[in-house]
Formats: sequence, C-alpha cells, structure tokens
Amino acid sequence: MAKRLLKGGRVIDPANGRDGAFDVLIEGDRIARVGESLSADAGVAVVEIPSGLVVCPGLIDMHVHLREPGQEHKETVATGTAAAVAGGFTAVACMPNTSPVNDNAGVTEYILKKAAEANLARVYPIGAVSRGQAGEQLAEIGELKQAGCVAITDDGRPVATAMLMRRALEYAGMFGMPVIEHCEEQTLKGDGVAHEGFHASALGLRGIPGAAESIMALRDIALAELTGGAVHIAHMSARQTLDAVRWGKSRGVRVTCEVTPHHFVLTDEMLRAPIAYDTNVKMNPPLRETADRDAMIAGLADGSVDVIATDHAPHHYDEKRVEFDRAPFGITGLETAVSLCFDRLVHAGVVSLPRLVELLSVNPAKILRVPGGSLSEGAPADISILAPDLRVTISAAAMRSKSKNTPFDGWTLRGGVAATIVGGRTVYVNEAVGRSLHA
Amino acid sequence: MKKDLLGIGDLTRDEIYLVLDTAEAMREIGQRTIKKVPTLRGKTVVNLFYEPSTRTRTSFEIAEKRLSADTLNVAVATSSVLKGETLVDTAMNIEAMAPDVIVLRHASSGACHLLSRICRSRVINAGDGMHEHPTQALLDAFTIREHKKRIEGLKVTIVGDLLHSRVLRSNVLLLTELGAEVWVCGPSTLVPPGIERLGVRVSTSVDEAVKDADVIMMLRIQHERMNGAFFPSVREYFNTFGMTPARVAGAKPDVIIMHPGPMNRGVEIASEVADGPYSVILEQVANGVAVRMAVLYLLVGGAED
Repeated sequence: MAKRLLKGGRVIDPANGRDGAFDVLIEGDRIARVGESLSADAGVAVVEIPSGLVVCPGLIDMHVHLREPGQEHKETVATGTAAAVAGGFTAVACMPNTSPVNDNAGVTEYILKKAAEANLARVYPIGAVSRGQAGEQLAEIGELKQAGCVAITDDGRPVATAMLMRRALEYAGMFGMPVIEHCEEQTLKGDGVAHEGFHASALGLRGIPGAAESIMALRDIALAELTGGAVHIAHMSARQTLDAVRWGKSRGVRVTCEVTPHHFVLTDEMLRAPIAYDTNVKMNPPLRETADRDAMIAGLADGSVDVIATDHAPHHYDEKRVEFDRAPFGITGLETAVSLCFDRLVHAGVVSLPRLVELLSVNPAKILRVPGGSLSEGAPADISILAPDLRVTISAAAMRSKSKNTPFDGWTLRGGVAATIVGGRTVYVNEAVGRSLHA
Repeated sequence: MKKDLLGIGDLTRDEIYLVLDTAEAMREIGQRTIKKVPTLRGKTVVNLFYEPSTRTRTSFEIAEKRLSADTLNVAVATSSVLKGETLVDTAMNIEAMAPDVIVLRHASSGACHLLSRICRSRVINAGDGMHEHPTQALLDAFTIREHKKRIEGLKVTIVGDLLHSRVLRSNVLLLTELGAEVWVCGPSTLVPPGIERLGVRVSTSVDEAVKDADVIMMLRIQHERMNGAFFPSVREYFNTFGMTPARVAGAKPDVIIMHPGPMNRGVEIASEVADGPYSVILEQVANGVAVRMAVLYLLVGGAED
C-alpha cells in the first residue's frame, strides 16, 4: 500500500483537538497516523509542506448545483468537481433540482456514476422532498437514501406546505436524514428580483423582503420542534432568519444553518456599482443590506451559524447576458469561497482558523452524517492544504467551472488553496504555491 | 455630456440647465413656418420601442425630424421577443448598421444600461421598466420653469402610483438636484421602501402633501396592476387620492397641475382638474418635442468626432 508522509505545516483538526505542528501519515486511502515529527520508514514518500501552510480535514461544500443531468451546458459533475477540488473542497453535496429532478434512485445512481468517472471530489447527492419537486407527494425517500442520498430538499423553492414539511421531517427522520430548506414565502417573494430596500427602489427593481425568508424559517423551526426532525436552513441571508435560528436553538430544536460567502461579503449596493444591473449579483436569496450582512458576520463569529456553503449556481453566459429581471438567479462559488473566507473572516479577525475549519468541514460532515470532518486515524485521507497568506487574484476565465458567473472576477484576496487530497490521492495542486506538493 | 443619457444621474446640475436653456431655442424652431433645421443631417437615430408608446415615440420622432436626422422606428412586440432574439442580439444587429443614436423604451429596469455597455452608439433612455424616464423629467422641469421662473425652493407634490413609476424616480432626482422641496404621496402599498433616502417627504395624506404646493404632478394608476392587490377599488382610490378641485384648493393659488399621460380621468384625476385653468398637461406634451430636440442636439449635434 502506498504510503505518504505530509511533513510540516500547521495541522488543524478541531474534531481531535489538534492545532499545531504535526505530520500526517497516509496509507492508501486512509489516514494512518497523526503525530509530532513522524519519521519516514523505508518506502514512505515524504511530501514537504512549506511552512505557513495549513493541513486540515477536507472541506465539504454542502450546497452546490452540479446541473447534471439535464443542464450540462451550465455544469457537469466532472466540471463541477474539478472546480470543487481547485477550490479546496474534497466533497460536495449536490442539489436535486436537475432535469429530471433527483427524486428517484435512478437519478441518484446516475450522478454517482458520473462522480466515479470524474474521480475528483466526493459527491453526496441530495434527493428531492417531493416528486418532481412539485410540492405534492413525498418522493421515495427510503430508496433515495439506499441509493446514496444524504439529505432531502426541494431547493430552488421551499417545501410547499406546512403539512408536507411536517411529513418530510417525520419520514426523513427514520433514515437519519436532515431536511434542507430553501426558506422563501413565495407570495411575499412574488416576482421580486432583488432585496427589498433603498437600492432596489431607486433602480426600479421588484423587491424580496427579508421577512419572506424568516417567515418560512419560523414555520420550519416550529415543525422541527413538533416532529423532532432535523431541519437545516440553506443559504441564510436575512438578519431576522438568524434570530429565528437562535430562537430555535435556544429551545433545543434540531435546527442548523448555513451562510454563503456572498452573503457575508457583499450587500445590495452591488446592484448599482461597479456595474449597474450586473446580473452576476442576482441571486436568490438576494444580496441584502449592510445590517443583514453584518448580522451574518456576527452569527459566524458567535457560533450561531453552523456552516459556510457556496450555493454554487453555475449559469451559462447567454443566460446571464440579458435584462436583469430576465436573468436566472445564482452565481458560482466553489473556486472563490476559501479566498473570501480567509480574507474577510480569518484575516479580518471574525473567526479563528480552527473555527473556519469547523464551518467548512467538521459541521457539514456532522449535519450530513458523512465521513470526513476529521483527521482521525483510520478516516478517509480527505485533506485540504490551505495557504492563508497566498495573494490570489480571482480570474473567472481561468476557473474550472463550466460557467463564469461570478461577481468576484478581478478581486485580489489574501488566502487560497495549496492542494487537495481525496482518498489519499492528490487531485489538485496550486502551482503558485509549490510543485513539491505533487509528490 | 456623457456618451449616453440613461438617467438623470448622468447629468450634472449645469448640464440640466444647459438642456433646459437649449430647449428654449429649440422651441422657437417649432414655431417657424418651416419647422426644420439641418443640425442632425446625415445622422441616424433608431427608436427601439419594446413597449407600446404613443406620446414618447411620436415626440422623439418629431424632434428627430425637425433636426433633419434619418429616423427609423423599430417596434418590437413583446410576444416575439419572448420566442426569439435577445435584446443584446437585436441591439448588436442594429449597431452593425452604425446608427448614431438608439432611443430605447423597454419594460425591464436597466435595459438601457445593458445596451450602453455593448453599443458604441449613444443610448437615450425613453423609459426603462420602473427605473427612469429622464426626458420626461427634463420636459417637466422645463414646463415648471416656464411657469414659475425657477425650480429651487418650489414645493412640488407628486401623487399616485409611486412604486411602479419611472416618471417619479427621474423627477425626484432632477427636482431635488435643482433644490425643489419634493413631496410624494400615495397609498402606503405603493410607496417604494426607502424612497425618503432620495431626499423627499413621504405622506399618505393628499391634503398634507398638497398644502401650499406650487406644482402638483399626478402619476397614472395602471389599471392592469390594480386588481385588488394594492388598494381595494378604483372608487376608493379616487375618493382617497384622486385630484379634485376641492383638494387643489389647498395648494397655492397659482399652482400648476401636471400629468405625464396617459390619464385615467376619474381615477387619479378629475376631469375638472385635468381640463381646468391650472392644468399644463398639454403644454408638457408640446415642450416634450423641444426638450428632446435639445437632448439629441447636445448628445450628437455638437459632437463632430
């Protein structure tokens, strides 16, 4: 069995209480040992980790759209997982709003087959709550679980009715799966395209109030309390929603939540400048106002937020090059998340590096009950090597994702990815950091 | 002047006055026996209208013809757009024929900004969604100045559907820039959130908003939007917000009444007011031609590059 010793670097493994100078011995696809100054026996390849780099359990993005099957012009499992590993993620969980919808074992198996062919990041499919995501009848959740789904959601829209959500929480609970909810009260959202507030008003764009999100979150928290099920609030954007989550947690409800980098970095001022009506700042939920953005940062700092996920939503150039109100919602995120997290959270003093690893690795693994999130001996050797001080200039054109719809093109940020190891195999090396990591 | 006129924000205070002063000269052309000057001879103007419009399109076309521009009207039915070509492709095709100006009317806010980014031709916004209608605000200012000899310090009250109105947004930007005291008034369901940050006073009482006003500007209530969603009935709207002689009586004795058209008589405005002595509604239409001539002249006529 191939043996490799990652020597040097700062190992951060919150699940095992480690943060310091350790070496990591990989045997085959597993972590064999983590310890101080491990010596390399004969036959062990030594990978020298340049000083200043961080070695941590593989990052897991629990909210991405891989678009396959059906929308391969936007992204495929192969291009999406290539983007993932370039972004430092060893695993992604993909949303079921494909075409056809991932509401049956056949689609799940197809996605997993594509993931095996790509052989880059691990892919954890998420199944639909309802057949066709139509909000009427439960999907075959037991079969989805057996086929490999790790959670259910009707993402893209909320679970249509309180009764269906109640049944979903009860039923998925049998299989130990959380229900991931896209919180949006649809009559309040109406045909809104941007955060309801001054900027949308001045630009003549129809608004979506923060309450459209928090109302649904409050419904779902109440239902999680009723049923004892686990609800995970996806891509939280409004300060009222964060308060709702805190309220639920204080009552002991099984509620967790995630925030995307764009919601803790950007605000609705981006609707005006640098590019007025830029469709690459159109996403759902929308970029909110400063008070909301600051609330997301506060929630990340105080522990109320459990996860950072990207809501990676690739769209083709043609689809975004239209009038603002006709453009689809969403931006890509896999290849910008780590840099934004370092620059805006770690270097800004909002969260510590170990806390960042919890947000990006430990907690998603826990919520989805998937392997990973630790460097325990015997665990799969899914490892991210990060470069906290690397100066990164984001280039949409250079991205692995098939789509280039990002508002961060040209941004220079401090912090990036050095290398990504999945199952003991180095699947990505950033040449800007060092070829030595190839070994 | 900037390359394009996408909104009032593209104009400095001095440029606004320059447009108004130039429009005075342009109006004189319209009073001649031969209403034509060669200023834009050899220039091509495309009026690209994605929304039905009588007043604005006609006004632009007359303005262009009086300046001797070659004018082309492209009326795109919304239904065919849904099936076919994107705005970007249509614009690039028109652009390939090298017009000097594209005048765009479109149902989507920001459509002119999109066009402006891809076109070398100058773009004039003739109304984009709920965003802006800058030449309307300029002609309104021209009309106000003609009657009041100034704009600074006037109380201007705008009443109606504030939420969906591009005329409102352009007028608020222009009038506050020139130092007017602007009041906006309408049912609270039709007040854009945060609008007070544009420097206006917001009131849901017509009597309060109209009190001692120098100018009352009415906004159209769009029947098609009003199926009980924003207010219960046209009848209740007229009773609460309709501009009647009794309400006008609360304004200054020399108040003028404006409306960008098309009017709904008996909905936002009583006929006695629309046709009454204070009404300058048809003057607005007449002034529209002179103001659009001024804008075209300043954007293209002066530039010989």
